[in-house]
Amino acid sequence: MKHTISVLVENKFGVLARVAGMFSGRGFNIHSLNVAPIHDRSLSRVTVVAVGDDFVLDQIIKQLNKLVNVIRVIGFKRGEAVERELLLAKIAANSENRSEIIQICDIFRAKIINVHTDSMILEITGDEGKVRAFLDMIEQFEVLELSRTGKLALERAKINPPDAS
Amino acid sequence: MSTKIKNPSQLSEKQQSMIGADLLVEALIREGVEHVFAYPGGASMEMHQSLVKRESDIQTILPRFEQGGGFMAAGYARATGKAGVCMATSGPGATNLVTCIADSNMDSVPLIAITGQVPQHLIGKSAFQETDIYGMTLSAVKHSFLVLEPQDIPKVVKQAFHIATTGRPGPVLIDIPKDVQQTAAVGNFDEEIGLPGYNPLKKSSDKDLSEVLELISESRQPVLYAGGGVITSNAADELYKFVKQTGVPVATTLMGVGAYPETDDLSMKWFGMHGTATGNYAVANSDLLLAFGARFDDRITGNVRKFAEKAQIVHIDIDRSEHHKNKVVQYPIQSDIKYALARMLELMTEKKFKAPDLSKWHERIAKWKKEFPFTYQKSEHIMPQEAMEVLYELTEGEAILTTGVGQHQMWAPQYYNFKHPRSFLSSLGLGTMGFGYPAALGAKVAFPNREVIDIDGDGSFLMNIQELATAKVEGIGAKVMILNNQHLGMVVQWEDRFYEGVRAQTILGDPNNIGSPANMDAIYPNYVEIAQGFGVKARQVFKKEDLRDAIQEMLDHYGPYLLDVIVPYDEHVLPMIPSGRTVADMILSPDQQVKLEKGSGL
Repeated sequence: MKHTISVLVENKFGVLARVAGMFSGRGFNIHSLNVAPIHDRSLSRVTVVAVGDDFVLDQIIKQLNKLVNVIRVIGFKRGEAVERELLLAKIAANSENRSEIIQICDIFRAKIINVHTDSMILEITGDEGKVRAFLDMIEQFEVLELSRTGKLALERAKINPPDAS
Repeated sequence: MSTKIKNPSQLSEKQQSMIGADLLVEALIREGVEHVFAYPGGASMEMHQSLVKRESDIQTILPRFEQGGGFMAAGYARATGKAGVCMATSGPGATNLVTCIADSNMDSVPLIAITGQVPQHLIGKSAFQETDIYGMTLSAVKHSFLVLEPQDIPKVVKQAFHIATTGRPGPVLIDIPKDVQQTAAVGNFDEEIGLPGYNPLKKSSDKDLSEVLELISESRQPVLYAGGGVITSNAADELYKFVKQTGVPVATTLMGVGAYPETDDLSMKWFGMHGTATGNYAVANSDLLLAFGARFDDRITGNVRKFAEKAQIVHIDIDRSEHHKNKVVQYPIQSDIKYALARMLELMTEKKFKAPDLSKWHERIAKWKKEFPFTYQKSEHIMPQEAMEVLYELTEGEAILTTGVGQHQMWAPQYYNFKHPRSFLSSLGLGTMGFGYPAALGAKVAFPNREVIDIDGDGSFLMNIQELATAKVEGIGAKVMILNNQHLGMVVQWEDRFYEGVRAQTILGDPNNIGSPANMDAIYPNYVEIAQGFGVKARQVFKKEDLRDAIQEMLDHYGPYLLDVIVPYDEHVLPMIPSGRTVADMILSPDQQVKLEKGSGL
């Protein structure tokens, strides 16, 4: 089962290595990982999608909380957070199939952010289902390169911070 | 944690600038550090120069190997509960500390490891003696720092000691590039610690603790499973009162040895793979298991699913990640053990706690104790167990013992009864051979007036034998009693049990002429001559009739001493619950066979 975990960390040297190292060192699987500073520049948010059962999730949260530079950890239950991912895809496209690709993008509200004689770069933002469906559609064309952010998430309402521990 | 400030430098009071290395030493002194175990090199010599300037305030002890220094600091920390400080240069100096850091992490020891690093402009250039020790140790530290500015040093040191010694203690690395050591800056020693993500104060709620007391009142066969956390939180006195008031018998882990006096009727000594049969039977039959400051290690539980199957389990630990990590329990409680025990004692009075009637349970335990004591076959030769019995008798159980890893590490606490916490210092989580003698030196530095003896194997002792030089030159009177069987005894035992006795690199001398009490000419190496080469007094003993006199001579000697006790190699540590098995498979006598698949377990 996949779990989305949001980790607020001090924006310090080596913190990402500690977080990522905790996963590898204890044998937990990371599906995706995203990290960037937040509005308070002294902090960063790491969003991890991890794979495992409820006991694994429980251990991941506790072990992350043990890291000195970790301020807060939230394991989102279903529906507690809005989740988005951004995907960039460069696909082979020419004058023959270009309009079909544009149509698909319209349906998915994806953007075309670059066009070349024999390729296009598409951008889509959405939750997991939408990104998956879009990807399924464009895979009928030749995908040359793909890059995605991994999931980002924010709690819908203010969640009381659990004891930092 | 000691916060004693001894002669803080007058310079800093005036906020004058000092070089980074001086700031570091000043900060260490302000943390109350009296001893540093440090081996110099190119990237750390600036710090040694600063240590020399302050040698009337802080003593620097030179080990003969960085790992020896690391284990001295760890032994010091384990014996005192204060942070132990070791220091090494960059590159190989730093990597030689890695085992000590990992060891301290496993056993929750407050170790401060300070390493020199190449100057910042050379970092990442594969400079001479450069290694990314910060990156290399990430998975083995409680926390670590790479210091980039000299003015950060006071705050970093303050944070490092705070992190190392509070909550669940652990090792902290401070890596300092040489240019930072050499650059002058004004240090602010009054800065707030400021660690927003670190809150080590954990106290359980009265509701949870009251529930535990109710569970005890209702229990018929309770057992208290006391781990190293009881010792770490200095809660031995509280534990004693708690046990006396509830009547719950105690079995400790090896980390918890000394948390409860082993000479007391309610003590079942320690349990687990090679622990007392009584402790193991009691835990297996318990209806309530109180796990305090323990972590359900595989050497304790065997098959963890079948561990204490019939019991409701209360697990009090300061580290929440230990809850449900190895064993899912009914009552996980996050708390400092000392607080939880002290508060439960108060609640007992407030709530008129009714101790359960455990007379039948106590009787059953007494019967097990009588029926299944630690035992061994007497021989014409000195048996290793016998050496421990005599040592116990002659020291009246008051010595601090350290050990290496292997059979002797089990026999020492089997045949020695500890009455005080912090008296049995052993590498129990990581299982590091070579730990014993340097750890003994560290403990002796902390307690020069106590008898400190490393009980070692001939394999383990050889791994840090060079520290005899430290003992001699620094005048540290730690002793070593080698239970010398010319083999890697524990591996031999497993070969005998699980590999049909095939010897695979487990003989330490000439395989075609194996030394033994019956073949003294073949004993290798000659530890007495080696010790003499180091200027350390030594004696070898192999005749039973000389044993008592030899141990007494060791005890009477002022200063370091090596006693080489030649024992047979074919003795197994018993009882033994094979790895991954249950108490039902406990091997109690040498000829008892347990059917196991070849190579089973770990």
